[in-house]
Amino acid sequence: MARTRFVGDAGLTARMTLVMFLLGAAFVALIGLVMGILAQGGYGGLAVIVGLAGIGMAIWQWANSDKVAMRAMRAREVTPEQAPELHGMIDRLCAMADMPKPRVGIADTPVPNAFATGRSPDRAVVCVTTGILQTLDAEELEGVLAHELSHVAHRDVLVMTVASSAAITAGMLTQGSQYGMFFGGGGRRGNNNSGLPIWLLVLIVSMVVYAVSFLLLRLLSRYRELSADRAGAHLTMKPAALASALQKITGTINQIPQRDLREVSAASALCIAPAIKGVSLSTLTSTHPPLEQRLEQLARIQAELGRPSA
Amino acid sequence: MGFWSVLSGRSKPKQANLDSLFLVPSAAITLETTIGFRPTGDGSVCYRAADGAAAQIVQQEVVELLRSTGDAPDVRVSTDSFGFTWIVIDREPGADVEGLCTGLHAINTGLESQGFGPGLLCTVVGFTDPGGRSLGLVYLYKQGTFYPFAPKGPQQRDNLLEIQVRDALAGELPIEQDLSRWLAIWGAPGL
Repeated sequence: MARTRFVGDAGLTARMTLVMFLLGAAFVALIGLVMGILAQGGYGGLAVIVGLAGIGMAIWQWANSDKVAMRAMRAREVTPEQAPELHGMIDRLCAMADMPKPRVGIADTPVPNAFATGRSPDRAVVCVTTGILQTLDAEELEGVLAHELSHVAHRDVLVMTVASSAAITAGMLTQGSQYGMFFGGGGRRGNNNSGLPIWLLVLIVSMVVYAVSFLLLRLLSRYRELSADRAGAHLTMKPAALASALQKITGTINQIPQRDLREVSAASALCIAPAIKGVSLSTLTSTHPPLEQRLEQLARIQAELGRPSA
Repeated sequence: MGFWSVLSGRSKPKQANLDSLFLVPSAAITLETTIGFRPTGDGSVCYRAADGAAAQIVQQEVVELLRSTGDAPDVRVSTDSFGFTWIVIDREPGADVEGLCTGLHAINTGLESQGFGPGLLCTVVGFTDPGGRSLGLVYLYKQGTFYPFAPKGPQQRDNLLEIQVRDALAGELPIEQDLSRWLAIWGAPGL
């Protein structure tokens, strides 16, 4: 039996599953609570309609994700003739991973970045900026492309869109109940037994659900990034290349300072010591895991790939 | 990929499928009788060598094993511009294709037994015809399929010949149906 150098990460999977379960629970709780509140006022059907509209909007976002993202980044699709090396790299990675080849796009911006989008692996687009093409060498670029292809293989656009339906619905309800505020909370049976108007209850519930699912979504996004790093490193078998690409992109190495020196020193004086070490606001709300965590994981994969057999 | 591996973002590296390589010798006979292409005796395995000591050790072991076999073929190792490693077995023209396939298979099993099976990209067996045209029969490990690659000058493929070969071998080998997977391997050693 051939041995495998694939390191699983049961902890990551367990945490991710828990977060996805909680997001589902948030959606159910939101619809349940709002339905309960509105049923008291005699508008039970309304909550179902809002819930369905939320899911509908999520589906629309997912179905058009490729066009929306490409337009937002001002990216254009390139043919194999226009970018032979980029296409060659992706061809080989797709042949190794046994997945359909996505379309390839280039965005004309100096910011080094790359993204993958599209409703399914067959309709996916992998897009890089001209900035990243200039910053990274071939090996590092391949690492980044493998990371993006892993996003495609993991259907991250679909997973994140489904996961965000609670937040979308809650956002819609927050706006809707603000209208209720102006129209006096539903007329004749506007007040329930506790004396609070219906619109206020709905507003509070949806704002709480929105805040909770916002944090959970960011957490899920960070887990999906770590998964994509892992799968990408296993695909190229060069975790070090992805690591140095991440350092170049996120770090200050090889970057021309854009901001004025005095401005930088003034800003850094404010965050000389974070209020709570470890769990600060920025670690809770960022979409990507901190660089140290990503490098640590890549180092573990590197060790397993390079270990000679006994 | 299954539902669970999508949901958990836990795709596993795809293992190589080595079964079909031994179909090449009979396909070589068909190629010679139908369109006159003979094996050049060269064959190569293209794979991604992992970072670290383990991959280096395996590569060395495999190359030494090949050089120590019966007719001691010439074995070379090179790296291409995409960062893939090629192990080339160079035997005399007209040497039996079975021996070549056994050698190629030895490389595969050597890499696979050390856990580097997912790094295998393709293997190429070279053919040529009396008119000097060259043809590579490429085996994609992950898909388990073959396709013809006929380079004609720099960055140009002889598509007519490739389709001719596909039709000639349709009954013998699992041919890759998706033409977008017929990836060009410019400058592949041995072609």
